[in-house]
Amino acid sequence: MKSRREFIRTTAAGALILGSSAAANKLGLAAMLDQNAQHAEAAKSKVVIARDAALHGPGGQLDEKRVLDLLDRAIAAYTGRDHPVEAWKRIVPVDKVIGLKVNGLGGRGISTHAALVLAVCERLQQAGVKAGSILVWERDARSLEACGLTVNTDPSRVRCYGNDVGGYEDQPVAFGRVSVRLAKILTRQCDMVIGLPILKDHSGAGITFAMKNMYGVVQQPYELHANYCNPGVADLNCIPTVRDKVRFTIGDAMTAVYNGGPGFRPEYLWQPNALIVGEDRVAVDHTAWQMIERKRAEAGVATLEADGRLPQYIATAADGDHRLGTNDPQRMHRMEI
Amino acid sequence: MLRSKRWMFAAAAIAIVAAAVATGCKKRAIDPFPASGAVAGWEKTCDTRVFAAKDLWQYIDGDADQYTSAGVVSTATSDYKYQGQLEATVDVHTMGDAAGARKILEAGQTKDAKTVQLGDAGVEYAQSVIFRKGPYLVRIVAYESTPDTPQALLALAHGVEAKL
Repeated sequence: MKSRREFIRTTAAGALILGSSAAANKLGLAAMLDQNAQHAEAAKSKVVIARDAALHGPGGQLDEKRVLDLLDRAIAAYTGRDHPVEAWKRIVPVDKVIGLKVNGLGGRGISTHAALVLAVCERLQQAGVKAGSILVWERDARSLEACGLTVNTDPSRVRCYGNDVGGYEDQPVAFGRVSVRLAKILTRQCDMVIGLPILKDHSGAGITFAMKNMYGVVQQPYELHANYCNPGVADLNCIPTVRDKVRFTIGDAMTAVYNGGPGFRPEYLWQPNALIVGEDRVAVDHTAWQMIERKRAEAGVATLEADGRLPQYIATAADGDHRLGTNDPQRMHRMEI
Repeated sequence: MLRSKRWMFAAAAIAIVAAAVATGCKKRAIDPFPASGAVAGWEKTCDTRVFAAKDLWQYIDGDADQYTSAGVVSTATSDYKYQGQLEATVDVHTMGDAAGARKILEAGQTKDAKTVQLGDAGVEYAQSVIFRKGPYLVRIVAYESTPDTPQALLALAHGVEAKL
């Protein structure tokens, strides 16, 4: 097993400042991105799985004080920077508006943990992002409340509200078989979005994590559930605004549901005590899927394929028509810390 | 004679229609949610929300598919709190018929399920109780596992069952 320092040294070369090319140019970082892009071309997609076995106490309660440390370890591993502030500066453009797309659709008990959201907000601000330039969002106020968050539209503080406040574009945009009206929070307010999904089994998609979380940025997500969300998930993520702005995932796998999802099913709840972090949304989802399959096997539950719910959209997202990332484990660099 | 028979038929028809209307009204009037204090220790902590089948996704996201395919008509939900601490949610799905309720109940069972005497059939887990009664499928979940949770949930479930 590598020490943390060795690990950071070997991964340092892969660290990038994330964001669209246009945003990077505005920041004067085009040259750096070009240089890194040459390395990235040949590099494997990096996915960090950071764990803390003591994250939940004996009574099953999340020890919120440990979440920030877990986040720091995950980001340090991903960026190769040991200092959290320096690490975050390599992930976000600090003078831009950063959206944090959480997932509260499963209701209380299986929604993105507020402790994780607050930890990300804290580090973003320490890295130089103004409080008012951070926007935590979901479909509506109720979904945010399910995460333990409170609606706030005051621009002097971290903002937190739903599409029910922000509204949707009048004109639909399309890719493949998908035609949707996007949330204005995504199209008009955020320069870059970090996805903060929560790991869940999904009766209509197999699993829901990084890419499926984007169903919360459209007005009628239910229309995209046909054929086990395939190619709906992949097509939606290929819409340029989604593809370009949603650049990073900090997946909440501290608590997860391995069957019976996407709602709260205490009988299928489990605590992986992990964060899954990465830039390649397909690799992140593939990693999350394998995590769920391992748990299902351990619990004696049929594989998703045997259950007729193979998350085929992950492969679709990686195919030649979508090219959103890789679903080939050989082309991933998975780091478990 | 013929005239009086016609009157009898007419009266019978009116009675049948009246009975049907009354039954229909009665069905619509069912409130399956026990009021605060009706079940010892349990408080109803929010207003009941009702979702028609076409809007169910707004409440349970992708889970709506399995309910709509089983013929759900509507879903009502409310939150509760036990002794000021243990929080729970009660969902009452009104299906098109008993077969739909049975389909959902049987599809979601795990080997950990313990059979309980509730409605037509029911099971309990450490943090949830699920049962069906006629066309109703009831799911009660708690957000915390305490020593009191199973017994408290079962009591609340009996309170709901009594109102169906």
